[in-house]
Amino acid sequence: MKHLLSAGDLSLDEVMSLLDLAEQMHDVQSRSIKKLPALRGRTIINMFFEDSTRTRTSFELAGKWLSADTINISAKGSSVSKGESMKDTMRTLDAMGVDAFVIRHAGSGTVHQAAGWVRASVINAGDGQHEHPTQALLDAYTMRRHFRDALGAEPGDRPFAGRTVLITGDLLHSRVVRSNVLLLRTLGARTIICAPPTLMPSGAASWPVEVTNDFDAALPEADIVMMLRVQRERMTSGYFPSEREYIAGWGLTATRMARMKDSAAICHPGPMNRGLEISSEAADAANSLILDQVSAGVAVRMAALYQILGGEGDVA
Amino acid sequence: MNGQNWVISGARTAEGTPGDWYISDGHFVEEPASGGTRIDADGLMILPGLVDLHTHLREPGREDAETVRSGTLAAARGGFTCVHAMANTDPVTDTAEKAETIHDLGLRDGSAQVVVVGAITKNLEGRELAEMGLMASSRAGVRVFSDDGHCVMDALLMRRALEWVRPFGGLIAQHAQDSHLAGSGACAHESEISGRLGLGGWPAAAESVIVARDVQLAKLTGSKVHVYHVSTAESVEIIRWAKKQGIPVTAEATPHHLYLGTREIEGYDTTFKVNPPLRTDEHIEALRDGLADGTIDTVGTDHAPHAVQDKDHAFIDAKPGMLGLEQALAVVMEVMVAGGRMSWADLADRMSYAPARLGRVPGQGQPIRVGSAANFVLVDPTARAVVDRNRSASLSRNNPYHGRDLPDPVVATIWGGRLTYRR
Repeated sequence: MKHLLSAGDLSLDEVMSLLDLAEQMHDVQSRSIKKLPALRGRTIINMFFEDSTRTRTSFELAGKWLSADTINISAKGSSVSKGESMKDTMRTLDAMGVDAFVIRHAGSGTVHQAAGWVRASVINAGDGQHEHPTQALLDAYTMRRHFRDALGAEPGDRPFAGRTVLITGDLLHSRVVRSNVLLLRTLGARTIICAPPTLMPSGAASWPVEVTNDFDAALPEADIVMMLRVQRERMTSGYFPSEREYIAGWGLTATRMARMKDSAAICHPGPMNRGLEISSEAADAANSLILDQVSAGVAVRMAALYQILGGEGDVA
Repeated sequence: MNGQNWVISGARTAEGTPGDWYISDGHFVEEPASGGTRIDADGLMILPGLVDLHTHLREPGREDAETVRSGTLAAARGGFTCVHAMANTDPVTDTAEKAETIHDLGLRDGSAQVVVVGAITKNLEGRELAEMGLMASSRAGVRVFSDDGHCVMDALLMRRALEWVRPFGGLIAQHAQDSHLAGSGACAHESEISGRLGLGGWPAAAESVIVARDVQLAKLTGSKVHVYHVSTAESVEIIRWAKKQGIPVTAEATPHHLYLGTREIEGYDTTFKVNPPLRTDEHIEALRDGLADGTIDTVGTDHAPHAVQDKDHAFIDAKPGMLGLEQALAVVMEVMVAGGRMSWADLADRMSYAPARLGRVPGQGQPIRVGSAANFVLVDPTARAVVDRNRSASLSRNNPYHGRDLPDPVVATIWGGRLTYRR
C-alpha cells in the first residue's frame, strides 16, 4: 500500500489485516513503555492545512510510538491567500526526503492531488467534505470490538454481517460519512444514513446505503448509532431553522435513547456539540463508545503507518 | 488593410457550391487578379471566418495568461477571423477610454478582428450601470455588453440595462447564475458526483431561474437578451418557449458544454473546473438538440486562459475556465456534423453568420460569394489528430481536449485577405 487516500480503495482483506494489526498496536498502547522500533529512521510530516486536535495528536503519537521522526506543520488559512501554493509547499518538503505525508486540508480532493505531486506516501487525514479514511477505519475497529466483546461475535467471522449502522447528522458537509459508507460496504454492514433534507448530499440515494429523513423510525433498527457533528453556523446559513427544531428531529436525546436496542452502542467522531446533535446523557452513557473511538484512533493510525511505511519486525 | 490576392481552387462552400474563389483588395471578386497566390483546395471546404462572441483575452491585467496577440493567434489557428474580448480584464472594460485601449490593441496586435465587449455595470459589481452609451459611441463601437463571470442579479438593474441600450441597439449578454442558489462554494454540477466528491453543488436550476427571469424582462422591455454559455436542458426549454412567443432572446452554447460531462472532474483535475460547470448527458443532449434546431443561436467559446499557478490548487480554489478557440470547430464538427445532427450550412450559421449578426460586426459572417469580405477558413473535413496542449498559440495550457482524438480541420485562415494561419 503506497498511499491511503480513500476508504473505498481498501479490499476486505486489507481492511481486516489493518484491523488485526491495530489490535496488536492497541496492546502496545496499554503498556507503560509504548515505543516500538518499527519505523526507526523514517520521517513523517503531519501537514495540517486545517485545524485538528484529535486526528493530529493521534497521528503524531502513532508515529512517535513506532519510533518514526514526526514533524507537525500547520499551515493555517488557505494556501492561496498565504502566497505559496499547496503544491509548492508539498514539493518543497518532499524534496527534503521525507517518507510520508499525513495531510488534512479544507479542499475536497486536495489529498488526491497531493499524491500526484510528491514522491513520498500520502495519508488522507481529511480532505474537505470528501473523505477521512482513518476515521472510518477506527470506527470499524471500535465497532468490531463492540460486536465481539459486548455481543459475543466469534473473532474471525464476518462481524459486520447482519449489523445495522445508522449515521445521522450533517451528512452534506461530512467527510466521515463518505468514508464510512465506503468502508461499511466493504465490511458487509447494512448502513442507514439519516439527515434533514437540507443536509443530505446530492445523489445519496445512489450510495450503497438506505436513506431516510426519519431518525425515529430508523433508530430501533440500529446496532450502532453514529452521530455526526452539526456546526451551529449551519443554522445561520439556512440549513435548519433553529437548534430546537434540529434536536426535535435529529438529536440523540435522552428520550430517544430509549428507542434504541438494548445492545446498541453510540459513536461520535468528535468534536461533539453537546446539546445539539447529541445530549450529554447519550455522550456519557454506558453504551457510548466515543472514548473507545479516540483510543482506537492511535492504534489504527499506528497500523496504517506501519503498513504504508513497510515497518519490519514483530510488533508484539 | 487590403491583404493579398488569392486564388483558392476547388473549395466547396458550406452550402455545397464548389468552385474557384478569387480574392483581391480584401474581398471576393469575379475575376482572378494578377499575381494571386494559389491555394489548391481540392477536397477542402471554404467556410466563412468564424466569429466568437465570447473570448477572454486577459489583456490588460493578466498578460502572463493571454494577450491580444496570443489570443488572436489562437483564434486564427481555430479558424476565427473575429473575437469579442470580454470585459472582465484588469481594469474592467467599463468606460469608453478602456474600450478604446483594447480596440487599439486589437488593431495593433490582432491576428483576428478584436471587437470589444463592455461591462453592463461598473467594475462588474452589479450595482450601477456602466457608461454603455459612451462605449457604444466610442472609437471601439461597442455593441455587446456583459458582466460575464458575474450574473446581473438585480432584476431592476437588468431591466434598466435592457432599456438603456435599446436606442443604440446594444445587446445585453447575461451570465445566468443565481448567485444565492449557486454561491461561492458551488464548483461542480449538483449531482451524485458532486455529492460523492464533496464538492459544492451548482444546481441546474440556478441557471434556468435566471434565464426564465430574463426572458420575462426581455418581453417587458422589448430589448434583446443573449444568454451566454447555456448549460442546462431547462434553459434550452425556456428559450425554445420564449422564441415561440416571439420574445427577443438568443442563446449560446460552448464547445465544452456540448462535448464534456461532469464525470471529467472525478479525478479533481482542475482543468475541468468551469463556470457554469460541466453537466450530465441529459443536459448535453438537450444542448445539442437546441443547437441543431436553432433554439441556441451561436457557439461561443468562452475561451478562458489561466496560468498554471491559478489552476494548481484545491478544486474549490482553482480558477474556473478552459481554453476553447483552437478546438471549437473540431468539437462542433465531431458532435454535431459528424453525427448528422447539423449540416455544414448550420455550422456556418451558428459559428459565423449568427454571432456576427448578433454582434452587428460589419464585414464578418458573410457568405462565401463575390462581394463578401475575404474572411474565411479552409477546412479539411476528414483530417484528425490527437490534441496536444503544448501545440498551441495560447499562452495557457488549460486545454480540456488534451490527449483526445478530434477532427483537425483548419488548413488556413484568411482575415481581410491576409493569411493569419496556415498549417
